Amino acid sequence: MQIPVVRNVLEANEKMAAQVRERLRGILTLNLISSPGAGKTSLLERTLRDLAGEFRMAVIEGDLQTDNDARRVAATGAQAVQINTDGGCHLDSNMISTALDALDLSQVDILFIENVGNLVCPVEFDCGEDAKVALLSVTEGDDKPEKYPLLFNLARAMILNKVDLLPHVDFDMARARAFATRLNKELAVFEVSCRNGEGLEGWYDWLRRMRADKARG
Amino acid sequence: MHEMSLAQNILDIARQELQARGCTRLTGVHLRCGALAGVEVSSLRFGFEVLLQGTPDETACLEIEEVPLRLRCGACGAEFGGEGRLALWEPCPFCGEQLGHEVLQGKELNIVAIEGT
Repeated sequence: MQIPVVRNVLEANEKMAAQVRERLRGILTLNLISSPGAGKTSLLERTLRDLAGEFRMAVIEGDLQTDNDARRVAATGAQAVQINTDGGCHLDSNMISTALDALDLSQVDILFIENVGNLVCPVEFDCGEDAKVALLSVTEGDDKPEKYPLLFNLARAMILNKVDLLPHVDFDMARARAFATRLNKELAVFEVSCRNGEGLEGWYDWLRRMRADKARG
Repeated sequence: MHEMSLAQNILDIARQELQARGCTRLTGVHLRCGALAGVEVSSLRFGFEVLLQGTPDETACLEIEEVPLRLRCGACGAEFGGEGRLALWEPCPFCGEQLGHEVLQGKELNIVAIEGT
């Protein structure tokens, strides 16, 4: 017997993502995606410390193994919960739903989801976020947006980290920016150094605007 | 290797549909997979086989129809098609613009039919 049906293979994830989104109503939720070592945790450590007086923030940390990153962000005083994927290459909405049980959501204005370091698979799985944020560091190739177009096409913001190292590397900032913004005309781009704090004010202003939009519903 | 979780989703959906119709054995799944769905077809096939090993559905086949891209030019708005995912970067055949095309078709990953007994 042949049964004609049309069903999206990712429907289970998308249904759960809709439930997560409902639970997170009123909380600005950002899904942070980059390759390993681009500086996601460093960006969060800075942001959590610098904006601690303005917003109540929480972090869901995704890693294959260890709770090192959750301990790093918890040291800033923010609520943090670790998900270990045991080799899995991405977070999905079911993992997020479970992780939310460990957070006091009534005490959160902004939730950051730090995805597993990977520029491919995490892009496919909706985690119930309001926006994806792509992070790229200048010690990587400036052609990353060309190689991984889907992320830069879907992200609302791109952070170019480690700009303090620009004098020592061959990263062509104009090339990276040009390609990413042509892929995505709405993309907000921030050049920052999480090491010395350069450029972070632009990112913070964007967070303030996004949070205000979310609070207005 | 997110193809393994996709293969599991495919099996979950297929078995659910079969059960709803009183079937007990899965013999095949037909899939439509867009060129930009981010799926490595050989890994998906491998995942599907591994998950079925040692089950009564072991011989079920996975048919995959690849859906080509259909694009709308980011500059002039004309619609055109292309082979493979790299077509996203090809110049528009009408005005020559190379980037910013909107994807009309090619991101989908859908089950379109299930076979069972």
